[in-house]
Amino acid sequence: MKRTHIIILIGIVALIIGLLVFSVDFSTYDTINSAKNKQGKFVHLIAKLDKSEPITYDPIKNPNYLSFYAVDSLGGKTQVIYHNSKPGDLEKSERIVLKGKMEADHFECQDILLKCPSKYKDDKKMLEKEMKDQTTKN
Amino acid sequence: MIKFEGEHLLPGQIGHFFIILALVSSLISLISYGVASTKTDLTQKSDWLKFGKINFIIHFISIIAVFSTIFFICYNHYFEYMYAYKHASKELESKFLLACIWEGQEGSFLLWSIWHAVLGMFIVFNKKEEHQTIWKAPVMSVISLAQLFLMFMILGIYFFDVRIGNSPFTFTRNEIPAPIFSQPNYLTFIKDGMGLNVLLRNYWMVIHPPILFLGFASTIIPFGFAYAGLQTKRFGEWIKPAMPWALMSACILGVGIMMGGKWAYESLSFGGYWAWDPVENASLVPWLILIAGIHTMLIFTATGRSLRASYLFAMLTFIFVLYSTFLTRTGILGDTSVHAFTEAGKAINIMIGLFVLSFALPMFVLFFKNYKKIPAIHTEEETSSREFYMFIGSLLIFLSALFVILITSIPVYSKTPLLKDLIISIHKGPLAMPEDAEFLYNKVMIMVSIIIGLLTAVTQYLKYKNTSTSYLIDKIKFPTIASIVISTLLFIFYPIHYDKHGIGFLVAIYIALFFSMYAAISNAMYISLVLKNNLKPAGASIAHFGFALMIVGMLISSSNKTVISDSKVNGINVPIGKDPMSKKEEDPTENLTLIREVPTKMGDYQVSYVKDSSGHEKGRNFYLLNFEKKDKTTSKVEEQFVLQPDVYMMKDNNMSSNPDTKSYLTKDIFTYISFALGKENKTDTAQFKIIDIGEGEKSYYSNGYFELKKVEKNPANSKYKFGANDIALQAEIQFVSKDSMHFDARPMIVADSFGILQIDDTVYAQNLFVKFAGVSDNHKIKLGIKESDQLIDFVTVKSYVFPYINLVWLGLIIMAMGILMSAVYRAKFSNRLSGLILLMAFIGLFYMFLLAN
Repeated sequence: MKRTHIIILIGIVALIIGLLVFSVDFSTYDTINSAKNKQGKFVHLIAKLDKSEPITYDPIKNPNYLSFYAVDSLGGKTQVIYHNSKPGDLEKSERIVLKGKMEADHFECQDILLKCPSKYKDDKKMLEKEMKDQTTKN
Repeated sequence: MIKFEGEHLLPGQIGHFFIILALVSSLISLISYGVASTKTDLTQKSDWLKFGKINFIIHFISIIAVFSTIFFICYNHYFEYMYAYKHASKELESKFLLACIWEGQEGSFLLWSIWHAVLGMFIVFNKKEEHQTIWKAPVMSVISLAQLFLMFMILGIYFFDVRIGNSPFTFTRNEIPAPIFSQPNYLTFIKDGMGLNVLLRNYWMVIHPPILFLGFASTIIPFGFAYAGLQTKRFGEWIKPAMPWALMSACILGVGIMMGGKWAYESLSFGGYWAWDPVENASLVPWLILIAGIHTMLIFTATGRSLRASYLFAMLTFIFVLYSTFLTRTGILGDTSVHAFTEAGKAINIMIGLFVLSFALPMFVLFFKNYKKIPAIHTEEETSSREFYMFIGSLLIFLSALFVILITSIPVYSKTPLLKDLIISIHKGPLAMPEDAEFLYNKVMIMVSIIIGLLTAVTQYLKYKNTSTSYLIDKIKFPTIASIVISTLLFIFYPIHYDKHGIGFLVAIYIALFFSMYAAISNAMYISLVLKNNLKPAGASIAHFGFALMIVGMLISSSNKTVISDSKVNGINVPIGKDPMSKKEEDPTENLTLIREVPTKMGDYQVSYVKDSSGHEKGRNFYLLNFEKKDKTTSKVEEQFVLQPDVYMMKDNNMSSNPDTKSYLTKDIFTYISFALGKENKTDTAQFKIIDIGEGEKSYYSNGYFELKKVEKNPANSKYKFGANDIALQAEIQFVSKDSMHFDARPMIVADSFGILQIDDTVYAQNLFVKFAGVSDNHKIKLGIKESDQLIDFVTVKSYVFPYINLVWLGLIIMAMGILMSAVYRAKFSNRLSGLILLMAFIGLFYMFLLAN
């Protein structure tokens, strides 16, 4: 077997891997409304916590059930159900990325990424608020 | 103009001065070394070299001065400086005062440039003849150019309206618009800085970034040598001097990456040491390419082949370090990573982009212009030769690196102008990671590890140029037989249970496990079979052994990782607490609630939450969990230990959870708090308060309000079955607390032949007892509410068992030591120096990865 043959073989392997990757069902970033049109398809939602609605989490009864409402900038709104514990800083999050599937009337969430202002020391607004809080206390 | 009181202006001025001095000196040393590398006349050359040397020493001193000034400012809590205000605080211990410097973007650029400067000093002071006349000038011009870019990043000078770089010496009052800065005595109001993020207050934060950045910084040297090879037209001679540097870089970068993994495993609640997170991938990719490069460089040294590939890999290693800086520092990954990113500002993003391009583009142009001149042997290698398989292995590692970076770069595609439209038209929306992103990486990398395992096992036993079949069979038969026997025994007595992705993937795991063990065993045996126990040249075998052991550990610990906090099996779930919407049978129920002093079954253990106690940091709370394992027949306690995971309650109720791990030689029991109550629950009445309430009406309790949703007669559900002759009423009440949490209660009243029975319900989280007390007039009911003063204390935990995870750390240590052995062997250090370096490295690694827990 010649070296070129082997390299061709490796090329084929790379191609197969490439096809394997392409055959993977890559997800999309969606709005709540466009996700509602893709029932049962795995999507990423970029949304905000709807603070006017209650958050349900009672760990004594079921530590793996969290429900809340999410809204996005285009006015979409949905209930979100997450079968896991409540992320500690959910209430304070500025923005949440929800990964999961829209199922009938709610969003069945598999993973939550929170974007919290406290992590953003470089956020000017946050710094302003922090400075105000600190200097007006006394 | 206000005259502000109490500000310390001098340190900032000193800092600024040294930044500018560092910038100018790096520019001058770039010019001097650039000119020196074009001179053929030796006296002229050495004049320019001398000038460059002076400038680089000035540069080195300036950078150290900048760093010391920042440390001084943070150490003395000069909060008039933005950097101190943002990253330091008065309660920080001094080791964290150091760590808080590299929390910020400016500080990490500075850390990177310090390492460049230190490495540069080693090159500058290398007295070897050949080094002086050939390599020093071009290598140092590359380092000086990188330093020039890094200095621009922290310059912070306005050029027209654009600020070039972010200086760490800006004033708080200029950065934050707040009314207090109009007062001259504003400093008296700023009591403290924001301090280091509590998530990062960990000794890993002190050591991981410096080591990782040293790893990143050191990749510039092989790059510099590759440039030197092209620039001097001594196309093949750079490999030899670059080799020890490349090995050292691979060792440090590898250790740095896995330190991040150990940190994540030990103290963050990711639930593992590797998550294929973009930040992890971005550092793995340069390492993989560097490993591929080291192998092609070895092929060149032995046979004169693979020189072009060596150039390519040495170049790409550093270019991908720059590219990962671009990924992690420009905020482009925003929505895909658990790491927090910030937009550093457009100007900085453009500069980082320029930094990447000004190294990548000219280098590629130079490479392809000289491509034909780079010597290559045009005959084919023998298929029985070592170099043939080494090359295939290198190529495969390189391809796997490309695969990882192509997937990691997905967020970039959606921000590239033309590509973005193309993706949207094909994919009907911006591209995002698939449902199971980890599996996408794992299924490709497991195939890679199978082939790499096989190549690593066999290739050492081949000779360069060609090998006779009888020699190969003679040498490799023992390792092969041993591997087959040992793996078979392992598979029988310790089978893998990983059915999440079907039988096909399970088979792949077994095959990968076999070949990794084959690689480990045959490399270990190579030392005695071929090298006759001479350890000096055994670095490669030791490194391969360690690498294979690490892969074995990864395969076992990930595929046999079990969740023991599975509340579906154990737990105290009240069935009616489950929402009717969760129809699914297989919920990922990984959390278990432990009520204080109620032993709960968790895997093989009885776990009780004994008590909580506060740590010496404010807001930190430890939860003492007692684990007991009893013998099934005698119920004697055979194993008992205590874990104390803790939770930081930060301002704004932000919660950060740190796991605790019980480490045995063969397994780790890893536990963290996934939910804990705040401390503010207080109640005073212990009597039932009876009220009359109708359907749809609301009333109040001390911590919020509740609403009687409906009253149902003879409810039929999973818990109760009432017939038509029963008289049973169930009230459905919804409680909404002040923090808008939302709980249901369903008390009942049942009348049968024995009398009246009241079935109360509880809302533990609000300490409420709810009683259906009776029926009232006007379709109202009597509802009893008791707010208990007995606090029901509980925590919700997640707990995993990681088997044989110590193999991962042990494998890593052995690999790092092996690479380091090769490095000192090839650098021709004296025995004493080599021994000292190896001993220090071993003690450090052993302590970090296996002892310090």
